[in-house]
Amino acid sequence: MDIRHRRDTLRIASLIHRFSGLALALFLPLHFYVLGLALNDAARLDAFLNWTDYPLVKFVEAILVLLLALHLFGGLRLLALEFLPWSPRQKAYAASAAALSFFVSVGFFLSAV
Amino acid sequence: MDQNVERLQVRVWRGNANGGGYRSYEVPAQQSQTVLDVVTWIQQNAEPTLTYRFACRVGMCGSCAMMVNGEPRWTCRTHVKKVLDGRQLEIAPLRNLPVIKDLATDMAAFFDKWTRAEGVFHPTATRADAIAPIVPDDPMRVLANEAIECINCAVCYAACDTVAANPEYLGPAALNRAWTLQNDERDSAYAGRLSAVSSGDGCFNCHSHQSCMTYCPNELNPTASIAGLKRLSAASFFKGGRGR
Repeated sequence: MDIRHRRDTLRIASLIHRFSGLALALFLPLHFYVLGLALNDAARLDAFLNWTDYPLVKFVEAILVLLLALHLFGGLRLLALEFLPWSPRQKAYAASAAALSFFVSVGFFLSAV
Repeated sequence: MDQNVERLQVRVWRGNANGGGYRSYEVPAQQSQTVLDVVTWIQQNAEPTLTYRFACRVGMCGSCAMMVNGEPRWTCRTHVKKVLDGRQLEIAPLRNLPVIKDLATDMAAFFDKWTRAEGVFHPTATRADAIAPIVPDDPMRVLANEAIECINCAVCYAACDTVAANPEYLGPAALNRAWTLQNDERDSAYAGRLSAVSSGDGCFNCHSHQSCMTYCPNELNPTASIAGLKRLSAASFFKGGRGR
């Protein structure tokens, strides 16, 4: 597959938006399963919550938060692109969405450990 | 060939609709050399049967676009030094269009979509009427003016991954043309064109990758035009199908 025409910042931003969305879609069933434990199996839920105290799991959670933030801010960027008058600052918006996402995920990780 | 002249290593795609592959050529490097100059040198000095398309050589006609090192370019205005990868140059027919032979693609589907998007001017006046005044700073005219310099080169069409995924998608050039007409007060086909561009293969297929904007040689912005069509379509929906 030739990807040489996909190296522009905005094309990479759209790829990040797509893959973060796919990763979140894969994560959601697991998320709902764990929420369901609160109703059906409190002991297993407690065991799971204890497992999430491991630093490595916290780190993975921070990556999940990063994906969520990237998809959220990237989605807001796309909504602005499509429904607001055109702005020539598209690359700046994409960079801002990425910066905000890293800020949020790093903030989450620092508060979690 | 003069052994003292620096040479470019050029790979050119040769073949037809049934398939093909790259062949390598050595081309003498020149000052202010365009990619079209390189293709022409190969045809005139090394490969007389090489087929390619060009006309004006000054960026007006839109007929010489090709893939250059994997990216769509208007070859007559693309300097070799700008796109050279070391000494390597790889030239192929435009992406997303069927090949006729070598570097010449069949543009019929591209222009058919222009028609399917109602990219045709439908006048409200006859030639017997007075010429309609155009107010340059009218907001609609400003929007139309920003998008009217398209030369139909299909560079945006070749750059578009949505076209690659859905060959029926109308594509950036046709939708950009439709946007200019939706902002032309003299045109009478607003509702029909809005219906055409909002159809299943229309503007809502666009994923806003903005590759069309990135590669348009005339620095037009089809992504903005398509976003405008999406807004017109959404507004029409909320107004119960009523438009301009």
